[in-house]
Amino acid sequence: MVLHMSSKVRRSGRPAGEVFALSAAGMGDAGVIVRVGGDTDLEGLGRSERERRLLEMGFVEGARITVLHEGFIGRDPIAVQLDDMRVALRRREAAEVMVQSLAKDD
Amino acid sequence: MTDITAGTARVALVGNPNSGKTALFNALTGSRQKVANYPGVTVERKEGVLHTPADRRVMIVDLPGTYSLRARSPDEEVTRDVVLGRLAGEATPDVLVCVADANNLRLVLRLALELKQVGRPIVLALNMIDIAERRGLVIDIPRLSQALGVPVVTTVAVRKRGLTQLLEEIDQLLPEVRPGDVSEWRPPTTAQLRAAHRQAEKILEDCVRPPSRPDTWTGRLDGVLLHPVWGVLILLAVLFLMFQAVFTWATPAKDLLDFGFTALGNGVTHLIPPGMVRSLLVDGVISGVGNVISFLPQIVILFFLIILLEDFGYMARAAFLMDRIMGAVGLHGRAFIPLLSSFACAIPGIMSARVIDNKRDRLTTILVAPLMTCSARIPVYALVISAFIPRRTLWGFVNEQGLVMFGLYAAGIASALLVAAVLRGVIWRGASEPFIVELPTYKLPNPANIFQGVMVRAKAFLRRAGTTIFGIMIVIWFLSSVPGAPAGATGPAIDYSFAGTIGRAIQPVMAPVGFNWQIVIALIPAMAAREVVVAVLGTVYAISSGGDAGGALGTALQHQWTLPTALSLLAWFVFAPQCASTLGVVRRETESWKWPAVMFAYMTVLAYAASFITYHLAALVWR
Repeated sequence: MVLHMSSKVRRSGRPAGEVFALSAAGMGDAGVIVRVGGDTDLEGLGRSERERRLLEMGFVEGARITVLHEGFIGRDPIAVQLDDMRVALRRREAAEVMVQSLAKDD
Repeated sequence: MTDITAGTARVALVGNPNSGKTALFNALTGSRQKVANYPGVTVERKEGVLHTPADRRVMIVDLPGTYSLRARSPDEEVTRDVVLGRLAGEATPDVLVCVADANNLRLVLRLALELKQVGRPIVLALNMIDIAERRGLVIDIPRLSQALGVPVVTTVAVRKRGLTQLLEEIDQLLPEVRPGDVSEWRPPTTAQLRAAHRQAEKILEDCVRPPSRPDTWTGRLDGVLLHPVWGVLILLAVLFLMFQAVFTWATPAKDLLDFGFTALGNGVTHLIPPGMVRSLLVDGVISGVGNVISFLPQIVILFFLIILLEDFGYMARAAFLMDRIMGAVGLHGRAFIPLLSSFACAIPGIMSARVIDNKRDRLTTILVAPLMTCSARIPVYALVISAFIPRRTLWGFVNEQGLVMFGLYAAGIASALLVAAVLRGVIWRGASEPFIVELPTYKLPNPANIFQGVMVRAKAFLRRAGTTIFGIMIVIWFLSSVPGAPAGATGPAIDYSFAGTIGRAIQPVMAPVGFNWQIVIALIPAMAAREVVVAVLGTVYAISSGGDAGGALGTALQHQWTLPTALSLLAWFVFAPQCASTLGVVRRETESWKWPAVMFAYMTVLAYAASFITYHLAALVWR
């Protein structure tokens, strides 16, 4: 439904359909979340716990996402448009979110 | 279980952060609010009583904002436990009001679906509906109500719109309440969360038409405020302005309070004959508690600015900008606010560490907060610097006294970051809290809400000054005044007191850092508040308090102390846990004596080491 990430957002050079981890995304990268939750248990918190927190904040398969801003040190954390809200997260957390790049005007 | 028979129904407000939930609570209850702590946990419990259109007495409880009943922080645990009726001494709410920002429904719809499993009647309040209307967002209310299976009302909390309808719905629901309804809530699995999201998404598609004039201000402002260069410069400017405000705007009010307490003390001195009672009232209660209360103007200004920025939506951005720096030493981006507050006073700083979810992150923040240079250190620094550091200009533009002051601040910040890094990197290794923070839409702050928020915090501070801190002041007074000076005594009275005895006993331990017995004795009453050391040094060096006492004391110190001793004392005050009130607040916030003990121990060790090194280095250089 509500999408205000249409025309003004800069598009990155990713070809449509490419699947990438959100942690590797740069400013302007946009797409649809295709998978949340990695296979590895990163540093103890528990895979399921991390996955649930991402889900509770709206990182869910099918959500549309655009990278809006990057932190000034090490381009971390990142701020994203996630459907109709804005969320900031560290790249480490973003590693568990897989995004499929959208074609232009998609 | 329920209180309906007793005449008062209970209604709990639940919702996402930034949904205007507290604004709705303020609008409903106005000034009829009571703020206390939940027993056993240090989460604020806000309740207010009102009467519904059907003339039922209803007690409204405002619960901490959350995205899920699966609690992550002490705040969210309270929300979960109150909603589920698991908190001892708290009756289960009869009706839950799920508060939603009408402009941001996705996550709250999922929360509402989760709340339905609790088995209590629910009303969904779509708040900030005026903004949604302005943006051309269309919500089919009857359809939404049908899809969710709960009544839906629209409200504008800051304009007190829709409150009657909300209360009428509560009236409708109250007769339905059956005591002892069993909650079916279980922490949702990832599959259940996904299913609930799909359901929420379907409801959104069916009932909500996206805004025709979406908010563009948030995007435009973020373009500047989160910019790698401009954003950082603006953050620094905001911090600088906050400092200026806390230190300059508060000065007249602080001076007035100081003057008031001094006058009150003098008044009591004239009314009561000399003796222990007068000493207790004047030196213990009035001057001790007065010393702490005189920080109230700074705390009010600090919280005013913090709440203003929070309401505007800037604090989440500040956390975004600071996260990498904080993260480098293992702290959470949110730790930034408590550490910032600690520049005024560690007490509000430690109190505001509640916003940090993870227990270890929160403890780390609490433990390093007193290393930030609080304003009670300023009089001490000012006294020693003006007496021992020459008033001259270095390299044509740097004021040497100012440079030393800056160095002391920098030492505090550096040591806080270093201690945090050691705690998180060596002692509490392992996973740090995920940083996933919603960046709310920017909103114009509402003056009434800010006023309420500042009042709540000012009252919390005064309550502590009146209870915990009051008790500590009496103990310190007792140590410094009992036993009194014998007849014909020549030295100052404090010499003969327990503090004097303790001071002389400790003095050999402190000799390696260059402290004479006068300094050591002054350190004990300075546990009441660091700045008290100035007054006590005045007493032990028998400087009359009239006239230009500061200047006279400075001159006396120049003759009594060597430069290495003076520098050593400065180093001591950067690190030493010279504040019993802070330790008392840490105990309250952590519900244990362990953490104040840990704080006292590590800060004392740091202080001793720093003073030792400073003293001997200075002695080498200047001898």
